[in-house]
Amino acid sequence: MNIVVSIKQVPDTNEVKLDQATGTLIREGVPSIINPDDKAGLEAALRLKDQVGAHVTVLTMGPPQAAIALREALAMGADEAILVTDRAFGGADTWATSSTLASAIAKLDYDLIITGRQAIDGDTAQVGPQIAEHLGLPNVSYAEELWVEGDTLKVKRQYEDRYHIIRVKTPCLITALAEMNEPRYMTPGGIFDAFQKEITEWHRADLDVDDSNIGLKGSPTRVKKSFTKAVKGQGTVVTMEPEESANWLTDRLREKFIL
Amino acid sequence: MSNEAYKGIFVFAQQVDGKLSNVALELIGKSKALAKDLNTEVTAVVLGNKIGHLPEQLGRYGADRVVIAEDPILETYTTEPYAHVITEIVKKYQPEIVLYGATAIGRDLAPRISARVHTGLTADCTSLEIEEGTGNLLMTRPAFGGNIMATIACADFRPQMATVRPGVMQRLTPVDNAHPVVDTFSVPDLAEHVNVEVVEVIKKVSEKMDIQEANVLVSGGRGMGGPENFKLLEDLAEVLGGTVSSSRTAVDAGWVEKDRQVGQTGKTVRPNLYIACGISGAIQHLAGMEESDVIIAINKDPSAPIFEVADYGVVGDVMKILPLFTEQVRKAKEEKSNA
Amino acid sequence: MNFELNNEQSMAREMFAAFAEKEVKPLAHDIDEEERFPAETVEKMKKYGFFGIPYPKELGGQGCDVLTYIMCVEELSKVCGTTGVIVSAHTSLCADPIYKYGTKEQKEKYLVPLASGKKIGAFGLTEPGAGTDASGQQTKAVLDGDHYVLNGSKIFITNGGVADIYVVFAMTDKSKGVKGISAFIVEKEFPGFSIGKKEKKMGIRGSATTELVFENCIVPKENLLGQEGKGFSVAMTTLDGGRIGIAAQALGIAEGALDETIKYVKERKQFGRSIAAFQNTQFRIADMKTKIDAAQLLVYRAAMLKQAGAKFSTEAAMAKLFAAETAMAVTTECVQLFGGYGYTREYPVERMMRDAKITEIYEGTSEVQRMVISNALLK
Repeated sequence: MNIVVSIKQVPDTNEVKLDQATGTLIREGVPSIINPDDKAGLEAALRLKDQVGAHVTVLTMGPPQAAIALREALAMGADEAILVTDRAFGGADTWATSSTLASAIAKLDYDLIITGRQAIDGDTAQVGPQIAEHLGLPNVSYAEELWVEGDTLKVKRQYEDRYHIIRVKTPCLITALAEMNEPRYMTPGGIFDAFQKEITEWHRADLDVDDSNIGLKGSPTRVKKSFTKAVKGQGTVVTMEPEESANWLTDRLREKFIL
Repeated sequence: MSNEAYKGIFVFAQQVDGKLSNVALELIGKSKALAKDLNTEVTAVVLGNKIGHLPEQLGRYGADRVVIAEDPILETYTTEPYAHVITEIVKKYQPEIVLYGATAIGRDLAPRISARVHTGLTADCTSLEIEEGTGNLLMTRPAFGGNIMATIACADFRPQMATVRPGVMQRLTPVDNAHPVVDTFSVPDLAEHVNVEVVEVIKKVSEKMDIQEANVLVSGGRGMGGPENFKLLEDLAEVLGGTVSSSRTAVDAGWVEKDRQVGQTGKTVRPNLYIACGISGAIQHLAGMEESDVIIAINKDPSAPIFEVADYGVVGDVMKILPLFTEQVRKAKEEKSNA
Repeated sequence: MNFELNNEQSMAREMFAAFAEKEVKPLAHDIDEEERFPAETVEKMKKYGFFGIPYPKELGGQGCDVLTYIMCVEELSKVCGTTGVIVSAHTSLCADPIYKYGTKEQKEKYLVPLASGKKIGAFGLTEPGAGTDASGQQTKAVLDGDHYVLNGSKIFITNGGVADIYVVFAMTDKSKGVKGISAFIVEKEFPGFSIGKKEKKMGIRGSATTELVFENCIVPKENLLGQEGKGFSVAMTTLDGGRIGIAAQALGIAEGALDETIKYVKERKQFGRSIAAFQNTQFRIADMKTKIDAAQLLVYRAAMLKQAGAKFSTEAAMAKLFAAETAMAVTTECVQLFGGYGYTREYPVERMMRDAKITEIYEGTSEVQRMVISNALLK
């Protein structure tokens, strides 16, 4: 089985702090990580490789520094890595990102494509289903479990109040939830090998995709403005003995007619 | 085709088991306001099987028109048949705006359709408005885990599409005797669009009230120390007629179920009263609860960010204050019922 | 001179740190409290190749280098001194002498399973009457046809009982003194070999420290490691390497204690402000960090010399001496900054202080290190 895992390198948003004075994001010193949903997707691919045998290709679109995320994937056990990088791809929204990634994946042999459900810096959950659409494949999103049964895949698909067990034939695309598994660690030897391996780079000219479908130009949506959320006016904060605190809070509820 | 050729606001009215989702009604409520600015109508699109009772309900909450597609294939949600039907509806009616709930269905369906009809899609919006002059939809959403907000427009493509977070918009008060125009939409070759099979449906069992439905939430975080202390929260929630929610820390630590989680990666809530106990208030958490009407925070750290959004804050030991507070509230309730 | 880690080493370090934080730290308190060997962590470390980091892939190892192995011990020890020494004793004291002195067959039979983590290793040199003066060995080995017969006992053996393979020293010719000592590879299952009493210790309490007992223990002739009579030199060379491992353990303990202390002094308030706001705290923290960095440079230098195949005996002794004394000084200071809480088991610094003490004692006391260093200068 040939599996392509599409991953994204993201800033660890749990580490992103706001500069209280200026209201801007402090990105300095924020570590870059493989997006958690994507990492679970990679782990799912590696488990299929362990169980039934597979060739796992990991692919990312991003700046040259994103290569480190691919090295990490190789150190975990991926067989091959592809970096899709070009200034022409910059400024893309999910539409242009997915059409670029789809044109890259189209060059590969694949039975199964796995992406994360969503990236923690954007939280859109769009790129996976959009890649599937561009490639004309069925997709199953929000996968919490994935296993092979006969010549089909079975997916435990999560909803708010239920699960669907879905049977899907390959080729198809699955979007993985971080809850799916506990990704393995890299091994020390895997890390040393990963830096010996070649990472294939694909640029604009390597992809068969229209200029009108990539980068900023190919993006139907535009960010008009971005801003930090206005915090609501400071309320009353008190420090009192527990008994007094309880009384004070109860009085406030009376005041607000909640009691 | 020019933008002007596209008219009307369409809402994907998600139903499961014949029951409309709250977000569908919230979207109709919001769409009514947008429609006023655009001088147009609101159409609800509902897909399923044996759902003839829903158009009237959608009308009561404000839909001017309902497009209904019924087929056994549409009884249980799967991506492709739904995407196909909605795409056909979009092609026929050419709406200028299509809104979806940012649910596990909407967030799967909408991107497929956006790629298919080649238009933009903005995910997880928390605010929508019409831009003066252009009439474009301005879609505002949190990014970077709620650290920043971005306002996004889709000026050159139609329809403009967005998924909207449940619990953010407000539904209208239902009216009696609503008579929306009902269009039945049929797709003859739907079976050809089935590409996956749902072999089993497993419902999650949760006896607790959905935190998005509760008027009062008593929420616990790291400061609660451990799952055993969540009893204190349950006691207070019970007296106030609410339920218990939590921060991400408490979920990650395995103290409470994921469906209790408030915040960017959990649920957005706007209860009448939100009581944050031992929650420091990471920005991701604040993003999910700051719209609550009244916010109370109890935390031992006076510099905790939760105090910046709290109406009433108490610096102190939540373990000591909670039982006393619960007792006081209980007494106050009793006095009131005796009065 | 280059003070930067290369890409591989930095990524490996991050991985060790992540593993330590998630898999090792949560158990550190309990295994100390219960004096329990962390078997579940050891299983995970086997799976991820932590037991063969510096050895070639052909021999079951990870194909990395000495510094990467040393950083593994350091990162593990930051959160748990016990876990650090399990890897260190296995690698430096058992796998290493077999890698350096073993025959092709011995490497195939013993190093491959050790390096791939299938087997755990230990080292038996110390005896009740032969500690710092290792030449006073009483354990005897007598050649009898195709095997040696070992009699005697060893004490304070790290990984004792949990290890499958032991590098053991015994007198083959008492009359020759240290030149009569030979090294052997002993399997746990060999007849006549048993595990004696388990020590109750002040620190590294999760680590198994036991007696080894040899009663007419049969060791095949081909398990002689190196030449007969060259055992003392095998032991001394092995300990040179082992000292870098213990130095890394000491370094990690010091770093871990400082991390905990920095976190604590920022939170803890006295006289209306955090204790980090007091100059006394600030200066102590600055001094501790400076000592720790100096120790780290000594430890890494020794590791890199060993990697390069250069002489490193004196440098390893200096690294261990300084790192161990730094660990003891830093952990003591950290307990002081924590005040009363530091003395309780509610916070990890008292455990770290207890763990630190052993690094001044085992694999050559600080006094022995001073002897090694001064001998090199005064000879």
